Amino acid sequence: MLTFTVRRLVLAVPTLLFISLVLFLLLELAPGDPMAQVPLTVPPEVKEKMREALGLGQPGYVRFWKWLVQFFWIEPQVLIDHYLGTSFSEGDLRVISWQTRSPVMDIVIQRIPQTLWVVGTAYVVGVLIALPIGIYSAYRQYSWFDQAGTFVSMIGFSVPPFFSGVLVIVIFSVNLGWFPSIYDTTHKVVDWDSFVIQLRQMIMPVMVLALQITAQISRFMRASMLDNLNQDYVRTARAKGLGEKTVVLVHVLRNSMIPVVTVIALGVPSIFGGAIITEQVFKVNGIGQLLIGAIQANDLPMVQTLTFIFAVLIVLFNLIADVLYGLLDPRIRYD
Amino acid sequence: MTDKDRLVPDEGLAPASTVLPAAAGPLEEFTRPPRSQWREVWGQFKSHKGALYGGILFVLIIGWVYLGPLLWHLDPTLINIRARNQGPSLAHPFGTDQLGRDTFARMMAGGKTSVSVGITAMLLALGLGSLVGVLAGFFKRLDGLLMRMTDLFLALPLLPLLLVMMLLFREPLNAAFGPEQGIFILIVVSIGVTSWMPTARIVRGDVLAIKEREFVLAARSIGTRNSMMILRHILPNVLSPIMVSATLGIATAIITESSLSFLGLGFPPDFPTWGRLLFDATDYLQQYPERVIWPGLAISLTVLSVNYLGDGLRDALDPRIRGR
Repeated sequence: MLTFTVRRLVLAVPTLLFISLVLFLLLELAPGDPMAQVPLTVPPEVKEKMREALGLGQPGYVRFWKWLVQFFWIEPQVLIDHYLGTSFSEGDLRVISWQTRSPVMDIVIQRIPQTLWVVGTAYVVGVLIALPIGIYSAYRQYSWFDQAGTFVSMIGFSVPPFFSGVLVIVIFSVNLGWFPSIYDTTHKVVDWDSFVIQLRQMIMPVMVLALQITAQISRFMRASMLDNLNQDYVRTARAKGLGEKTVVLVHVLRNSMIPVVTVIALGVPSIFGGAIITEQVFKVNGIGQLLIGAIQANDLPMVQTLTFIFAVLIVLFNLIADVLYGLLDPRIRYD
Repeated sequence: MTDKDRLVPDEGLAPASTVLPAAAGPLEEFTRPPRSQWREVWGQFKSHKGALYGGILFVLIIGWVYLGPLLWHLDPTLINIRARNQGPSLAHPFGTDQLGRDTFARMMAGGKTSVSVGITAMLLALGLGSLVGVLAGFFKRLDGLLMRMTDLFLALPLLPLLLVMMLLFREPLNAAFGPEQGIFILIVVSIGVTSWMPTARIVRGDVLAIKEREFVLAARSIGTRNSMMILRHILPNVLSPIMVSATLGIATAIITESSLSFLGLGFPPDFPTWGRLLFDATDYLQQYPERVIWPGLAISLTVLSVNYLGDGLRDALDPRIRGR
């Protein structure tokens, strides 16, 4: 198991390098000019100097190498410096955003908590709703509860977040006025009242994201439970005289959770992608919105770093899912 | 059910003269007269009520967006500023927008674009996915390389990547093909090349299993060449997973296109699609919330109907479920 994990970790490195190269080459083709906003009165030679100051003068492979060094070598040092108070990274150049002329990672670190709060809560809520629904729909297959569950998950699959988000804004913000339509990220939770405000502004984005997550995971849970409910060991457990509760919630559930856990792990990065739209609808200034802003402003270092962070998340959670599968199911250990 | 009667080739893939007589299994002779495979499939499909209604709804939507403009003569781009922001009336069933354009006509024009993008992108993704899947499954030498490539594509962050591609290639393609054609090609191609991976994986798995069957050995022993083997024997047998991923592909392509338009990186503003209409309507959310509902409802209903259709197709094409 350990060798498998190590092998997968080693294999992840070339994958990530290749992805970063693909992203870099894509962005190389970008027609946008970072000097486009500079006034026309600035003479061309000054513009050329500004371009060089942004590191644009050198050939592509040099810039790619510099980006790699900055991202994998200097940025971790900055992180260590920040926590331990050391000074490894003093004087080193970091990945600089063209928009703000400040280090990209600083902005990312500022934005990540908002995304994590909304997306993380939504994921937990979605999973917590999905599991009981999946279990009960499988246990009472083709009952009205199962039919309703199927319909709701079909809706969750079919209604895109930019419609469900806008719809709940129309209903709960515009017509009923229960919740604010804009997520206020400057709001700080200090006491009970501010906690209630935080809760109210989180409900709508969380529910919109959770609807989609619930749809997927409850389907998986149901299918996995159905696979197990007809197995011989279930009949044995019943024949032993175990209670129905023990049979379903201990014997069947534990075995059916194996594929579901890996699906839950695999779903985490895709939720970050889907959150881009939800963040846009509810004006949460998380990393999704940062990416959209960077794309519209032609801020290539920011776009490169953010898309690469998304890729790292995907590779990482694929790895976690594989390892979890092996840990939970001894039959498919990779020794 | 034996292999033989799953092997009735599809007319589209093999000349009619080669169609085998549908050899009914020995069991079925006792129960009912032999029927062709596709009638069996239709029989099972009919019994799935959700799929049947989903299919009918999808056909209706396609008819509405493609044939509707022939009956409804109002131009979706005609600006009539005096008639702006009207509610539903006989002249304008869905009302008019802030420039007095007829929302009903715009919904049809938008739907035409959205559905066309969905179907074209699905066909592209399906072609790519089946090609990669069949090649990887059939030729052992290509398997490792192609599947590593598929894994790499699966590890790419797709929505951010799509946004980046929109940013990069919009200008050159607009210059080459004109603003509408250019963006159409761009969206279809970028959705196509980022969504073929699940199809490739499913098809490869099925091809690997089918390759070991006796009928492939038999065909090989009478000297069938690889190209004929793939076209005549392998492809008809992996048709069912391909058809199911086709329906799901339409659904994801429509949603992706609408998401891009919603984020402001899809079709240009004066060129309506459902996602764009929804995006434009969010500015008037407070005053005219119903304008958001129409395009949103259209997207959701289309995707819902396609999803139910795919669900029913999956059951109907699976011989283990059929007849139960």
